[in-house]
Amino acid sequence: MIEFRNVDFSIDGRPILSNVSFVVQQRQTRVILGPSGSGKSTILRLLIGLWVPDAGNILVHGEDITQAGPDRLREIRKAMGIVFQHGALFDSMTVGENIGYTLLEDKHPEDEIEEVVAKYLTQVGLHPEIGDRMPEELSGGMQRRVAIARALAARNPGVLLYDEPTTGLDPQSAERITDLILHLRDTMGKTSIMVTHDIADAFKVGNRITVLNEGRSVFEGTPEDLNAAQDPFIAEFLEPFRKAVAAACQRMDEGGPSAGARFRPGTPRPQPGGTS
Amino acid sequence: MEALVAAVGNRVRRVLEVVQDVSLFCYSVLRSAFFPPFYKHEIIEQIHFALVGSLFIVMFSALVAGQALAIQLARELAKTGAKSELGHFMVISSVRALGPVLTGIVVASRMSAGITAELGAMKSSDQIDAMVAFGTDPMKRLVAPRMIGLWIALPVLTIIGDTLSVIGGGFIGLTYHVTLDSYYHGVGKYLTPANLLVGMIKPVFFAILITTVACWKGLTSEGGAKGVGVATTESVVISSVGILVTDFICTKLIFRILGW
Repeated sequence: MIEFRNVDFSIDGRPILSNVSFVVQQRQTRVILGPSGSGKSTILRLLIGLWVPDAGNILVHGEDITQAGPDRLREIRKAMGIVFQHGALFDSMTVGENIGYTLLEDKHPEDEIEEVVAKYLTQVGLHPEIGDRMPEELSGGMQRRVAIARALAARNPGVLLYDEPTTGLDPQSAERITDLILHLRDTMGKTSIMVTHDIADAFKVGNRITVLNEGRSVFEGTPEDLNAAQDPFIAEFLEPFRKAVAAACQRMDEGGPSAGARFRPGTPRPQPGGTS
Repeated sequence: MEALVAAVGNRVRRVLEVVQDVSLFCYSVLRSAFFPPFYKHEIIEQIHFALVGSLFIVMFSALVAGQALAIQLARELAKTGAKSELGHFMVISSVRALGPVLTGIVVASRMSAGITAELGAMKSSDQIDAMVAFGTDPMKRLVAPRMIGLWIALPVLTIIGDTLSVIGGGFIGLTYHVTLDSYYHGVGKYLTPANLLVGMIKPVFFAILITTVACWKGLTSEGGAKGVGVATTESVVISSVGILVTDFICTKLIFRILGW
């Protein structure tokens, strides 16, 4: 279980997070949703101890990481895998070396590393042969999947953190990523936190959603609760998405020629309710 | 007036803060370089990058600078009838002073730009954070191998540079009717352990300077590609000027210690 308790964080006196609290239960996906600059990614950096909060507590399996020393923090991090925005793959290493990074660090035998790399590449839907390629030779979606494979191979963590995992991807690649996140939760029991500004992804993936605005938590609840929320900021934040869904549904119902172009087969239809 | 005092005060405070940050960073770099774990593969890679990558440019610069220096010395020595002392003066100027500084500046220009740009790009693409998140200390994996690599490469390059500089001087000496026998007699006479020591100690400090400045600039760069570009330029300028300042301080200290 992961818990944020009244966390405050600022950079050079500028508040980034103010009194943020939430709990992530085992095998759940918590989505941190909000516009750009609302402090979403800061939450992940605080959670892996890259930054230290000004006030409040961050508990990972009951242990307050704000009180942990560097060595203990390194141990706690082993229980978590993180997928950074745009993947953050090590560009001087091959795909295989990226995925087997922690195993290489721990000096595991080469054949064991190769086996693990092949296993996790297959698990994220990629061919094991791409292990010899360099990250820049892959598409954005493939890089993101390699980043997920790397996070999984990092000592098979119980907690996975995703920082804007679908940003900049085409709809098909984005869908593959969100399907993979759901698959990892439902079949492997991973606890996850996903930071995103994509409302469709939040509705699809989240068991619970926290909405941030200017560093403050303005909503906490299920996707259904979010859809029914009356808060003016929430309504304004969801409005473009609702309009897009309504317009798309209307086109689909009319069976117009652009329907196929807008919604390719396999792309899930978001279900915000209310306006469609 | 008050505003001016406040502005100067702020500026001084900022400079002192930077000096403090760099000093602490330098301390961390040195600590990382002396205590395990050591990343052997990265160390070898860095030695190769510094040594092989800088070899040609160091050789060329040393040969040309040595010959230029020899022309100046030979002309002046000819006026006093002491042309036979050319080897002596070439050893003193090349091994003690010009060789280490020239090699240091050439390597600083090349390595600081490379290190800062690489680490800056890694930082802006979250690779450094990823490394930390996966339990690796970037000081150990990225910074310490560069320091150790330069500690090995820079003295070797300095020796090669000094040698070529002295050899180049010999050829210039021939054009001023200084025989090779007479030239190398002077060289051998003054190529003493003390002179060699002076020339070999400086690169050790230059390596600390180059690694500290380049890594610190790279790891603290901000603002994407533009920020990395600015950091790279600053890194080269600070390292190059720093080499001259470090050379002065080292020379002063060594002379005092050796009682020269």
